[in-house]
Amino acid sequence: MTMTDDPATHLDSAGHMGRPRLRREDPALLTGEAQFIDDMSLHGEIWVGIVRSTEAHATILGVDGSAALEIDGVTEVLSGADLAPLWGEGALPCAWPVTDDMRNPAHLPVATSVAKYVGDAVAVVLATSRYAAADGAAAVSVDYDPLPAVVDIEAAVADGAPLVHEDLGTNESYTWPLIPNPEAVDEAFANAAHVVSERFVQQRLIPAPMEPRGVVAAPGVASGELTLYSATQIPHILKVMTAVTLGIPEHKIRVVAPSVGGGFGCKLNVYAEEILCSALAMDRGVPVRWTESRSEAATATIQGRGQVQHIELAADDNGKVQAVRVKLLADMGAYLQLVTPGVPLLGGFLYHGCYDIAHYSFECTSVFTNKTPTDAYRGAGRPEATYAVERAMDSLAVAVGVTPEEIRSRNFIAADAFPYESCAGLIFDSGDYQTVLDKAVEMAGLDGVRATQAQRRADGSNRQIGVGFSSYVEMCGLAPSRVLASLNYGAGGWEAATVRVLPTAKVQVITGSTPHGQGHETSWSMIVADKLGIDPDDVEVLHSDTAISPTGLDTYGSRSLSVGGTAVFMATDKVLDKARLIAAHQLEANEDDLEYVDGAFQVKGTPTAAVPFAAIAFAAFTAHDLPDGMEPNLEAHVTYDPPNFTFPNGTHIAVVEVDTDTGDVDIVDYVAVDDCGNQVNPMIVEGQVHGGVLQGAAQALYEDAVYTEDGQIVTVNLGDYLVPSAAEAPAYRVASHVTPSPTNPMGVKGIGEAGTIAATPAVINAVVDALRPMGITDVAMPASPQTVWRAINEAQGGAS
Amino acid sequence: MESITLAVNGTERNLEVEPRTLLVHALRDDLRLTGTNIGCDSSSCGACTVLINGQSAKSCTMFAVQADGADITTIEGVADSDGTMHPMQQAFHEHHALQCGYCTPGMVMAAISLVEEYPDLDDQGVRHGLEGNLCRCTGYQNIVNAVLAVAGSGSKGSES
Ligand code: FES
Ligand code: FES
Repeated sequence: MTMTDDPATHLDSAGHMGRPRLRREDPALLTGEAQFIDDMSLHGEIWVGIVRSTEAHATILGVDGSAALEIDGVTEVLSGADLAPLWGEGALPCAWPVTDDMRNPAHLPVATSVAKYVGDAVAVVLATSRYAAADGAAAVSVDYDPLPAVVDIEAAVADGAPLVHEDLGTNESYTWPLIPNPEAVDEAFANAAHVVSERFVQQRLIPAPMEPRGVVAAPGVASGELTLYSATQIPHILKVMTAVTLGIPEHKIRVVAPSVGGGFGCKLNVYAEEILCSALAMDRGVPVRWTESRSEAATATIQGRGQVQHIELAADDNGKVQAVRVKLLADMGAYLQLVTPGVPLLGGFLYHGCYDIAHYSFECTSVFTNKTPTDAYRGAGRPEATYAVERAMDSLAVAVGVTPEEIRSRNFIAADAFPYESCAGLIFDSGDYQTVLDKAVEMAGLDGVRATQAQRRADGSNRQIGVGFSSYVEMCGLAPSRVLASLNYGAGGWEAATVRVLPTAKVQVITGSTPHGQGHETSWSMIVADKLGIDPDDVEVLHSDTAISPTGLDTYGSRSLSVGGTAVFMATDKVLDKARLIAAHQLEANEDDLEYVDGAFQVKGTPTAAVPFAAIAFAAFTAHDLPDGMEPNLEAHVTYDPPNFTFPNGTHIAVVEVDTDTGDVDIVDYVAVDDCGNQVNPMIVEGQVHGGVLQGAAQALYEDAVYTEDGQIVTVNLGDYLVPSAAEAPAYRVASHVTPSPTNPMGVKGIGEAGTIAATPAVINAVVDALRPMGITDVAMPASPQTVWRAINEAQGGAS
Repeated sequence: MESITLAVNGTERNLEVEPRTLLVHALRDDLRLTGTNIGCDSSSCGACTVLINGQSAKSCTMFAVQADGADITTIEGVADSDGTMHPMQQAFHEHHALQCGYCTPGMVMAAISLVEEYPDLDDQGVRHGLEGNLCRCTGYQNIVNAVLAVAGSGSKGSES
């Protein structure tokens, strides 16, 4: 561990919380015992193969399945029109109509008349085997009449642009402004000593969890029930949405997420294949399954980012920023998926970063293009916001003539200003941004790095050094239900938990959170064990199956610990409250005179008269001698709706070496200091930071969902789309600083997205820092060797 | 259909496969050894890595018939029969070298073979040796540390 600030000191240090604990999830995953979706096999199952549009925009003139039907094992070929009766009016859901006049075109699971992006489903093959389904899908021939496609978002809003949805008459879905005081913003810009104005492009990213998606839908023919197995982050939301979309009574639906091999937001959705397999299973009375191939995932699964950002800062002559003004164009793709339109809004409150800025202006226009829909991808809106403000702060530092760390220090929200009301209207919970930055500077050995940098510059070395800062704050712990209501989101933001004590004093925890790599079983068991004074191994954590965990809102937005974990914490408190009454009854004492010590209730200061937890558990079960009127058994359920978001923050510093001959960028050091509040399992926190940082650095240097001008995707597989390997990955040096969040009783904030949010601007700021003496002030993402080399070559007067 | 014989995790298995059946599908679908995962269709991710005659190989890049007569070890075959995990599995556990665990069986198999082939591995050796195995969750540092712990040398990643 590399913790420079022991998180254990901030929590009840007698227990497990705050200390690294190895994960109970590991053995099944390490031995191959864990069951992922494609590991399932149901008797009588039929396979679905999906025929996907090869055109970005085209009228479907006809679907010819005759060649496919010749293939052994192919039983049916169905066009969108053939399938339409299965869903009737039901279209794929968008749960976030951000404005009342948002345009949301009907999105059918399989297109009937017009294909709107490469990868849009246009026909379906049913087959008796995996291979026959794939062969059959490849053999279907579709007759297209191509239409003009719009691919670029700036082109999409230009006059005379081809329309993705002809009937809407425009490519704009909505415009969402957040401008509390427009006059004050104008005035700040009019009076500014320094104005920074930048345009940044957030390229589209392919989420690429290592497990592609998959669905198995199993009908109960006599019962009318549906069991839907899906590699999803959101079994609870999927259950509601399947009921609404297909008209199956919700109580007849069970959704199960088996082991899920990563999600990063792309499994936070209700997908065509989930609805398709469910509808077919109910119609045909047999299990229906589909497994996504990696190439299919490039277009069939949502993509992330896809924005053009204009950001302006108005600062006084000391570099103190007075106002920030942002205009955003956001790429929705061809349709609105579950939370597509809300993603820019999640960043829309954070374009002032961790800085004390008085005036705020944000406006987002979201547009349709003939590409795969975008939606939440690790960080969802917040990485984009952080990138823009952190890049702009570096520009401001140059304009003012101070270092990047100095410009940040001059603008940070002060440690004594919390709770802090931001210019965008949020209440930031806690933080000490300057201390965090100082710690990062110290760990990075900044003076030494700058000395090396100066030497290399003086020597005219072809290996130039750059240092990049990124100070971030995010809003997570999604979310207070009332705030979501004010943003027009279609659901709440609470989470549920049940803590059930079994007769033998073992404990079952049922959580509405849905882990897919985050280690909730381990962390939740630590929370409960500490409170009950028992061994974490005596606590079982159940999840991800709506028959076992009927109530929940699942895992996304760094919400699991601060909302779901808090529900577990509070349910355990309720169990203890009841246990206390039973103990008082047994001890014939007043419950207020009892204390709970080492897993037993005792009269304060009298350890001789103690009732151990196991005795209470058994007494609650037998119910032979409970207080008058008390219900048997020891179990509590809590639904927790957070009063506020939480605001993790930190400073990351990337040190890069740029080969000025080849344009190759190497991250030679990476320091991350994060404040995610109190930590339950610092080992898991550190792992989240590592993985998050690499995903953010990958946007900076490697990853790009590349489309041609006519809407063909180029990066369809992992040979073209550069998910980094261990050889590219840097070593991370990670530390934390803890300011407990006052929002929840554990003082926790969340860490799942922090690394991704912080890393992208840190790396690009470092690349630009390395090249600034050449007159380079921006490098497009991903800063691939070609891009960097071209920037250098142009700066030196060469042709691009 | 072709008849082939594979010695999988020490047990001889006879099976009938189509000539174009990939080895990974024979293992997963026919022998129901589903620990070996599939993460791509371009031989890029390494999720499907197994040992063939002791050498690590991507089981999606060959036909099952090409493995006829071979000795194959999958993730299900590396722990002791009493359930004690292989030292590499144990090291992954102790170093928190997995999160979602989807890349893990392939990564463990590749790492076992790497350490056997190059006993004097350093940090860069592990990183380049595992280049063909992608992980989206961990950022690799803990994987590198786990492999180095088995290989018995130090790591560039751990401070303090
Ligand atoms: S599945 Fe074999 S390399 Fe990806
Ligand atoms: S642990 Fe999830 S892909 Fe490696």
